[in-house]
Amino acid sequence: MSATEDVGYDPTPDTGGPAQPLIKVQNLKKYFPVRGGPLGRVQAQVQAVDGVSFDVAKGETLGIVGESGCGKSTTAKLLIGLTERDQGDIIFDGLALGEKLSLKDLRRGVQMVFQDSYATLNPRMTIEASVAFGARVQGLDKPEDRARKLMDRVGLDPARFAHRYPHELSGGQRQRVNIARALAMSPRLVVLDEAVSALDKSVEAQVLNLLNDLRAEFGLTYIFISHDLNVVRYISDRILVMYLGEVVEVAPVASIWAEQAHPYTRSLFSAMPSMDPDNRTKEPPLSGDPPNPINPPSGCRFHTRCRFKADVCKTKTPKLAGLSVNAKHMVACHLHDADSGHPKAGQGVPS
Amino acid sequence: MTGKLVDIRNLSVRFKGKRTVHAINDVSLSMEQGETLALLGESGSGKSVTLKTLLGLLPPKRSEIDGSIHVNGVDVLSLRGKALAKYRGGEVSMVFQEPALALDPVFTVGHQIAESVRRHKGVSRDEAMSVALDMLDRVRIPSANRRLHNYPHELSGGMRQRVMIALALACRPRLLLADEPTTALDATVQIQILLLLRELQKEFGMGVIFVTHDIGVAVEISERVAVMYAGQIFEEGTTREIIREGRHPYTQGLLAANLHDVEQGQRLNAIPGAPPALESKPDGCSFAPRCPKALPECTAGLPPMLMPAPRRRVACIRAGEPVVAE
Repeated sequence: MSATEDVGYDPTPDTGGPAQPLIKVQNLKKYFPVRGGPLGRVQAQVQAVDGVSFDVAKGETLGIVGESGCGKSTTAKLLIGLTERDQGDIIFDGLALGEKLSLKDLRRGVQMVFQDSYATLNPRMTIEASVAFGARVQGLDKPEDRARKLMDRVGLDPARFAHRYPHELSGGQRQRVNIARALAMSPRLVVLDEAVSALDKSVEAQVLNLLNDLRAEFGLTYIFISHDLNVVRYISDRILVMYLGEVVEVAPVASIWAEQAHPYTRSLFSAMPSMDPDNRTKEPPLSGDPPNPINPPSGCRFHTRCRFKADVCKTKTPKLAGLSVNAKHMVACHLHDADSGHPKAGQGVPS
Repeated sequence: MTGKLVDIRNLSVRFKGKRTVHAINDVSLSMEQGETLALLGESGSGKSVTLKTLLGLLPPKRSEIDGSIHVNGVDVLSLRGKALAKYRGGEVSMVFQEPALALDPVFTVGHQIAESVRRHKGVSRDEAMSVALDMLDRVRIPSANRRLHNYPHELSGGMRQRVMIALALACRPRLLLADEPTTALDATVQIQILLLLRELQKEFGMGVIFVTHDIGVAVEISERVAVMYAGQIFEEGTTREIIREGRHPYTQGLLAANLHDVEQGQRLNAIPGAPPALESKPDGCSFAPRCPKALPECTAGLPPMLMPAPRRRVACIRAGEPVVAE
């Protein structure tokens, strides 16, 4: 691809072949201590991410959805080592972080784009300096050249924008700068944490088009975090649903769109505005707010809001397992586990 | 007074300062009693400024307002002092996007609701407190009696927005202004608040102007939609008309950008460019530079207002052409 050579995109070479997942996360845990009292002792723990496992294949896009406080952003930060994990393994293309892979090398391969395009740019650095900064730290050659080429690639004319400061740009332009900055390291995986959520709808569509183009051009793999299910469906190959720090469902987009196996996923999907004036939503799918992740409910964490809860849900934590009809569609719910002891076990979620 | 609830005529708002911003340009809008209207637009389209003008909240020294606004026959722009204070919160009240900022952190929520009731209705402290309790019940706050004595920081985001709504409706206004009240909330909480507002609107029979950038939200809440862009109303009609047969190219672009029913991975029909800076008064169609259907005439003069049906209007030269199937 000539365009790729133009920009000088040189990701680290592939080691394990296409069958090996690009990133594999196993049993990832992060608890944040809540301090208080006169001595500042740890009073409680926010179980932000509790035993999350998933993997992302090369060239795939994984969408992560869930309500605020479900741990999706913490998961993203753990992935690039911005927050230190308490437990679990992060394996990038066969190399485990902390063993054969240093944090610096991980960040060469994994980059992130955040929601707030303004807060993530240094207000005292020009756009060009910001984009070139990471490449310079990584010791890549000609960081400025690289920066200008990438700015051009994301639709910002380097002659006009290179010497501007972040406050002189619109939100959509700043988000393009952030994307260029992430790509300056030639990463293979880009984590997009609500990267289009703060943009206006018309600008959001432009950025989504750009992300699609870049993915095809550079062979990127995305982890796309968003609360907007329509956007996630549009861009992802698989969707992962989180609730209070745990994965409740992972499935290919078409499969989860046709049939949500977890009662929480179903509620989340039916909370989407209908777009049909003659068929508006009549009843809210869930009542109340999500519970506090400090001391989350026992057993299945969703049981306090679930319509199908039984006694077993309060005591036994369900395990993530493939559906009998489609093993790629994984769900953590007693309703789908014939041996769980739920009175309606094995029958799936009643409509 | 029967007749129109809201009647805005040729409203223009300019902000003066280092640079002049033409925030609203010649907006006319009317609403019948008990109607729900969604003002739909992107950031900077002037939807929030319209609401603030309706409530007389703009800083008088820095803003120049032309045109007229009547709410229930009252000339809003001429209100001053006590009359304005009575109008705000009594006749018209507002729910803001960020309830954590709009509520006072040092008073309990019960106190804040009761204060507004005492000011407007002149009742005793105890009576006002019982009104506050009744309002918390009506916005479906569980164990309202206990919540009455909570401070805003002790409540969750959804709960705080319910309190905001209770506060706004405590004096039974005829018109409720809602400025993106669900944008900061999770989807599962957002739909609860939307349905609550719909119920309360029926129960109290008030008019609602709901500002949003999300078409889906507009569909859930409103009967009518007005699409705003660069301080102007580009298109108005019933929600059904806007969703099913939006005539203005901008409306069509917004509908496409919603990603509802878009094929996965298919290239999006994005509107190119960005909204204009509002430093000068528009002398042509403000959307023309981004419009896929623009003609040379579009920049030559302001677009004509087409009215294909009663209470339906489109500001576009090409709106009369047959709608191309999507």
